[in-house]
Amino acid sequence: MGNYFAIENLKVNYKTFEGEKQVLDLEHLALDKGETFGLVGESGAGKTVLALTILRLLATPPGVIAGGQIIFDGEDLLGKSQKEMGKIRGRRMSMIFQDPMSTLNPVFTVGEQIIRVIQHNKKVSRKTATQDALTLIERVNLPDAANIMSKYAHELSGGQRQRIIIAMALSCGAEFLIADEPTRNLDVTIQAGILKLIAQLQKELNVTVLFIANNLGLVSVTCDRVGILYQGMIVEIGTVKEVLKTPLHPYTHTLLNAVPRSKQAKIDLSQVGLMGKLTESVAGCRYYGRCLRKVERCRVDAPLLTAVDGTHLVACHRLHEEAV
Amino acid sequence: MPEPILKVSDLKKYYPVRGGFFSKPVAWVKAVDGVSFEIQPGENLGLVGESGCGKSTLVTVVLKLEEPTAGKVIFDGHDLFAMHQQELRHLRKDIQIVFQDPFWSLDPRLLIKDIVGEPLKIHTRMGADEMLSKVEELLEMVGLPREGTFKYPHEFSGGQRQRIAIARALALRPKLVVLDEPTSSIDVLSQAQILELLKDLKDKLGLTYILISHDLSVVNYMADKIAVMYLGKIVEYGMAEMVFNQPAHPYTKALLSAVPTIDMQSLDDIATLEGSVPSAINPPQGCRFHPRCCEAKEICGQQEPPLLDLGDGHLAACHLRQMLI
Repeated sequence: MGNYFAIENLKVNYKTFEGEKQVLDLEHLALDKGETFGLVGESGAGKTVLALTILRLLATPPGVIAGGQIIFDGEDLLGKSQKEMGKIRGRRMSMIFQDPMSTLNPVFTVGEQIIRVIQHNKKVSRKTATQDALTLIERVNLPDAANIMSKYAHELSGGQRQRIIIAMALSCGAEFLIADEPTRNLDVTIQAGILKLIAQLQKELNVTVLFIANNLGLVSVTCDRVGILYQGMIVEIGTVKEVLKTPLHPYTHTLLNAVPRSKQAKIDLSQVGLMGKLTESVAGCRYYGRCLRKVERCRVDAPLLTAVDGTHLVACHRLHEEAV
Repeated sequence: MPEPILKVSDLKKYYPVRGGFFSKPVAWVKAVDGVSFEIQPGENLGLVGESGCGKSTLVTVVLKLEEPTAGKVIFDGHDLFAMHQQELRHLRKDIQIVFQDPFWSLDPRLLIKDIVGEPLKIHTRMGADEMLSKVEELLEMVGLPREGTFKYPHEFSGGQRQRIAIARALALRPKLVVLDEPTSSIDVLSQAQILELLKDLKDKLGLTYILISHDLSVVNYMADKIAVMYLGKIVEYGMAEMVFNQPAHPYTKALLSAVPTIDMQSLDDIATLEGSVPSAINPPQGCRFHPRCCEAKEICGQQEPPLLDLGDGHLAACHLRQMLI
């Protein structure tokens, strides 16, 4: 695996009235240049916290980065000052947020906002920036770019807004893009267009994408590899085919079974409990409380991500027992 | 055939676009333009379409939260639009709604007992103690602990809040419940739980649902019949299995193929529909879908296709289909 982007032993805690709680505990996660990596989990699993930690946008406090490294192109992002990060964000790394309505400023035209982003990151005249903005808007397949430039966010549809956000994210040549549920709240027909746009731009610009989703169907069509996040830990990771076609972790099974397919197939809810409370330190497997296949060992001993089959890694005691 | 619980005939809702001198209406937004359907007691109707197609307007008019422009709605033998305010208020007990976003639909300053108890307070003459025990009973019914009564909405997760909204809707034992995208803002696991809960409650209480959703897998799972709406009109209607397995209208086909599933391999497997929903002020001549339709013929731009039966109660408004018959 290349060392283009790697997370090593990252631990993020949140300070609460009940003490510090661990929200992220990533042992190892590496992304190759140009790949699309899907990160899947329930709400509260820590997906967005991870995205914000990578960009160093996590609010501290309450967040505390307790240790670890985030290596991006040979440099540790956690060792950088906010000023240095300011030069990386936008220029080399960028993010598409969930809700395009609250990401865009309602009192400036979208054109103005793109121009400002460009001028903030590049030393160019306003004229050049305007020209760049027009090209960008055309690039995200919005017709009549000049007209769009003069519109305010509320005058655009959800799909158009999200395209503007994508244009902004890629305006200054970012090579690493975090897409945090970019198609949430969009219609299926619009969603298909946005997904294709991201894929197309990724190919053209050779961008690495960290795609956060809570829908496995989305991941299946867009990503190369996928990681399943549960309470801040990756419990299963592998290529999309490996994880979705031959899921091994009980939690992945549960996620896959929760998708309604047809009327005849009743959703099997026996495995669906509520996500356990985050605690200060967990001795055993975090999935213990909800797992149907748990044994005594799972309570006391935390399973580590172990390779099952080449690139397919799973953190589950039961599985390794059976394999032996 | 029993009497339908809800019969909507030729319902229209136009919004004026005002302008000029004295703010006279200069144009009309035809949000709902001639919609008819029937729901039998105990049947689930799924209402599908892109945003802006008039799904929510249709429901607000059916509930008479807004005045219709034209048309008739018969609910349980009563003509809703001919009723007096007083009578209508009485009838409202029987029709309830669960809104899309449980973060907005619950008052953050009220205790759960007041939120769930509000309909009881309005429509019944229960004493405080009786009401409290009723609320506890309702919470238990939707799978929440009884202790929840003295908590605020922010103490619950998205899925739990949606359960509270369901408890409130069911407090008066309605006959018809409108579910407006009940699971669109919660994750898959909570969604699965909510859907199962809704199914259980339907069997237990003999409810009838109108389910609005843009997630077709949810609609397929829940609905007996499906109505596909496009630009204020129903373009396809029929039994869920038929609409899903043999969609007749090109728009339904496009919607179905746009959903990514885990069985798909790549982005090429999902279809994109060109363009967006046209303005409802000046809908396209002829078939409203023809500018975006990949199968459009000459006739589609000239004549508006009627909603005709293709057999077995499967209705579609498409010239191409009707020519085949």
